[in-house]
Amino acid sequence: MTATDPTAADPGTQADLRLHVDALAEAGRGAGVFDDHHPPSDELISDCVHCGFCLPTCPTYALWGEEMDSPRGRIYLMKLGKEGAVEMDDTYAQHFDACLGCMACVTACPSGVQYDQLIEAVRPQLERNHRRGLLDRLFRGLIFSLFPYPSRLRVAAVLGELYRRLGLRSLAHRTGAVRLLPRRLQAVEALMPPAKLRHLATRTPAVTPAVGTMRRRVGFLTGCVQRVFFADVNQATVRVLTAEGCEVVAPPTQRCCGALSEHAGREPEALDRARALIDAFAEVEVDTIVANVAGCGSTLKEYGRMLRDDAVYAERAAAFSAKVRDVSELLAELGPVAPRHPIEARVAYHDACHLGHAQGVRSQPREVLGTIPGLQVTDIPEAEICCGSAGIYNLVNPEPAEELGRRKVEHVLSVAPDALATANPGCLLQIRRYWPGDLPMFHPVELLDASIRGVDPVTARGGRGRPSLDARTAEPGTF
Amino acid sequence: MTAYTEEYRGLVAQLSGGEVTEAFRREVAALVGEGGLISEPAQLRTYECDGLTGYRVTPALVVLPATTEEVAAVVRLCARDRIPFVARGAGTGLSGGALPVADGIVIGLARMRAVLSVDVADQRAVVQPGVTNAGISAAVARHDLYFAPDPSSQVVCTIGGNVAENSGGAHCLKYGFTTNHVLALTFVTPDGDVVTLGGDAPDQVGPDLRAVVLGSEGTLGIVTEVTVRLLRRPEVVRTLVADFPHPEAAGNAVSDIVAAGIVPAAVEMLDELAIEACEKAVQAGYTLGCPAALVVELDGVAAEVDEEFAQVQEICRRNGTTNLRVADDAQERARIWKGRKAAFAAMGRISPDYFVQDGVIPRTKLGSTLTRIRQMSDEAGLRVANVFHAGDGNLHPLVLYNGAVDGEAERAEHLATAIVELCVEQGGSITGEHGVGSDKACSMTAMFGPDDLTVMARVRAAFDPQGICNPGKVLPTPRLCGERPGPYRPHPLEAAGVIERM
Ligand SMILES: Cc1cc2nc3c(=O)[nH]c(=O)nc-3n(C[C@H](O)[C@H](O)[C@H](O)COP(=O)(O)OP(=O)(O)OC[C@H]3O[C@@H](n4cnc5c(N)ncnc54)[C@H](O)[C@@H]3O)c2cc1C
Ligand code: SF4
Ligand code: SF4
Repeated sequence: MTATDPTAADPGTQADLRLHVDALAEAGRGAGVFDDHHPPSDELISDCVHCGFCLPTCPTYALWGEEMDSPRGRIYLMKLGKEGAVEMDDTYAQHFDACLGCMACVTACPSGVQYDQLIEAVRPQLERNHRRGLLDRLFRGLIFSLFPYPSRLRVAAVLGELYRRLGLRSLAHRTGAVRLLPRRLQAVEALMPPAKLRHLATRTPAVTPAVGTMRRRVGFLTGCVQRVFFADVNQATVRVLTAEGCEVVAPPTQRCCGALSEHAGREPEALDRARALIDAFAEVEVDTIVANVAGCGSTLKEYGRMLRDDAVYAERAAAFSAKVRDVSELLAELGPVAPRHPIEARVAYHDACHLGHAQGVRSQPREVLGTIPGLQVTDIPEAEICCGSAGIYNLVNPEPAEELGRRKVEHVLSVAPDALATANPGCLLQIRRYWPGDLPMFHPVELLDASIRGVDPVTARGGRGRPSLDARTAEPGTF
Repeated sequence: MTAYTEEYRGLVAQLSGGEVTEAFRREVAALVGEGGLISEPAQLRTYECDGLTGYRVTPALVVLPATTEEVAAVVRLCARDRIPFVARGAGTGLSGGALPVADGIVIGLARMRAVLSVDVADQRAVVQPGVTNAGISAAVARHDLYFAPDPSSQVVCTIGGNVAENSGGAHCLKYGFTTNHVLALTFVTPDGDVVTLGGDAPDQVGPDLRAVVLGSEGTLGIVTEVTVRLLRRPEVVRTLVADFPHPEAAGNAVSDIVAAGIVPAAVEMLDELAIEACEKAVQAGYTLGCPAALVVELDGVAAEVDEEFAQVQEICRRNGTTNLRVADDAQERARIWKGRKAAFAAMGRISPDYFVQDGVIPRTKLGSTLTRIRQMSDEAGLRVANVFHAGDGNLHPLVLYNGAVDGEAERAEHLATAIVELCVEQGGSITGEHGVGSDKACSMTAMFGPDDLTVMARVRAAFDPQGICNPGKVLPTPRLCGERPGPYRPHPLEAAGVIERM
């Protein structure tokens, strides 16, 4: 499935990731094991009073019950790092690598500790100052030379589809050949979404006029993975926004927003992408910039902080961030105008971490779904715990991701829904991977789109998908 | 007069312990697997303190067993080699109870977190020690049952820790502490035997050893299974928040409520600073700037609760309440409690550092004690926030300070100690629910005479003759407390560089 040569474009070689701080990094002065380019701040670290309230919502603590893989422990490790009391070795790095960046701890912390800022300061430090093993570097390099590039992804998707359609996939599974792949490649194989070939050619138009009176002119982030594998979500988003009176502008020059790079600590790469995206939207005059992918939206909202040192971009980045809204935020703010048709179904809503924890957007998607007559929206138990998708986490840390995925599926099963709605494609792929049988899964805007257009999406996607309990045990090696 | 008897000295004298060698490590690994063992220095350091970060000691090894048998096997190795061990739940203790012992091991129960069985008809559940307090209630909620003790830390603290500390919470006024809700324990003694203490029936034949273990702060052995008593959710719950112009008025209202023969489920009080912190954290709707707010909750059968609730409101008005907020629904009530329960941890919002103090005073001394605390706080030039279980006089003054300012930590510590001593002086106690641990061991002599301490030491030695089970906690070690424990001495371990404070 590699259409690209991972080594040619390999941004994974350490040199590429170094900022111009080598001398300081060598000395490590004043920052313990960290270099002087934004080490985790002492003030933020000292906000933590060690109360442990964040422990139960941390997915890695839930899995392993180890202090150093809890938010409190990680903050403690940062403190030790700042003091120079430990070394930045594999052991040290491993505990930050294991962090999903789900930000459940930020929600849980009564003291307002900004773990999001702390971990985002540590990751680039590790990328710069810690040398990973060769395989790890190659694998990360592969991911980052593929995902952020829609053109390459399309090629990969076609190859993936061929692999599936030619029966190679089932052959590989029947014969157990997939098991020969390293765990991480198995994860890529299993998560690879089925791309509809007709979607691969779909592009969002540069401008789509509002239906009826224009209420707002919005910019639309089409996303990299989203645009290739979830083109129908993008189409639905545009239809819903226009139906609700928005003129939707999608600059064709836009590329990856840098979210995946940012979450992996690849700071220079993330910053380049951020600047390029700001430029892409510079021409269009919009009041709001809409994202329909939780992970992208949360990063767009961080541009201001990410580019704070950039004399040219700092101000523009802050202004850009201030305009960013998740699609459900915008829809809730605008209020419904397009008439809805009923959808009689029970839908479990899964809070994507990057929407709920990172952006604090929880009520809006429920509110928006609530405008659909007949639709019953249910919450999932243990909603605050991550499903294990977390950007590229399920690719680089397949084992814990699998445990979390299965745990999430158990909880979704417990509410016996007809369908699942979530605003992040990563969560969708992750939950689908461990779902026994077929559960129709939607982005909330897809349900809204169906309601506005008057179709029943749940039946259209394979009916009431409540799996029988047998289905769960029928799949070998499951549960 | 000396504070200790010769017998006491002999009983608590530290026998020289064994050493955690590579061979020992391998033996432990053979029992629990490499995955159940933590031995990298950086990782070990994350276990060096609990919720009280002032004391820190790095353990030689952390073991995370998965079963009672594994715990017992590890303890047997410790007993054989005389290696001290310290149990640890979620590490939220506020008295340094789970502070490791240098050259000793920590036995973490965080992986033993299964709810083993629920007996709905008999209203009991058997759980492993690492299950969180709130986790028990969550597991039985669909049967309309719950576990009554509700420490503010309930979302995270473990039942094992609750048993060890005999923890309580807001609702202990009416429902009692952990000890009133634990029927039986599976218990690993310091020589590695597995025994059952207590039983399913509420009354046991013979002395109640279960009760001896409750509140023993991990010094008698390790709890590996707990049979808890579950209560049926009350038919109705009514909650209000009443603002008062000064703490004395609130204190009088509490006394009047109790005098009227009402047993509220909870009566909590927050002062101005505490309100500021929790509003910053969770926006629970408390009135900013209000000098004292009372949270009063009644529960039980509808007719009775309604009548008493009206009475409580009347009492609040009589004592000059400036605002009465009655929770209309479960959501509103949850908000009120969320604010109250976040209050400690939310102190980080208004101060870089703080000490949580825990003392008990007779309820009638509430107003005067608070006035004294305010004077002491002014004299020390440090802010003190107060959150407390007003119903049973369990005071939680929070001394706020900035560790980055030279000398402020010491001043804060002195003030905190002076405040507990004030409690004893008022006829109260040095701890309500957070335990003695490492923090207050030396203050024990302020409350107990030589004979009392000797009896306690005998009990402990009966369980743990080698002195390897959480040594140095609860009972004062004469050498470490200075022969005549005064409040303001630096800890000799500190001077020796063995432990450090922030
Ligand atoms: C913000 C905050 C609020 C709090 N509010 C309250 C409150 O309202 N009421 C209250 O009572 N406490 C409160 N506490 C204190 C603390 O949460 C309780 O003491 C709790 O019971 C400790 O549980 P833990 O699992 O964290 O135990 P730890 O801190 O890990 O250990 C506490 C003690 O128990 C021992 N121990 C732990 N597990 C076992 C076991 N399985 N067998 C034997 N010994 C064991 C340890 O050795 C140690 O001595 C609060 C703490 C914080 C940080
Ligand atoms: S909840 Fe907040 S203050 Fe408490 S340990 Fe976690 S990060 Fe620190
Ligand atoms: S971001 Fe998520 S995984 Fe990381 S420490 Fe916080 S809760 Fe744990």
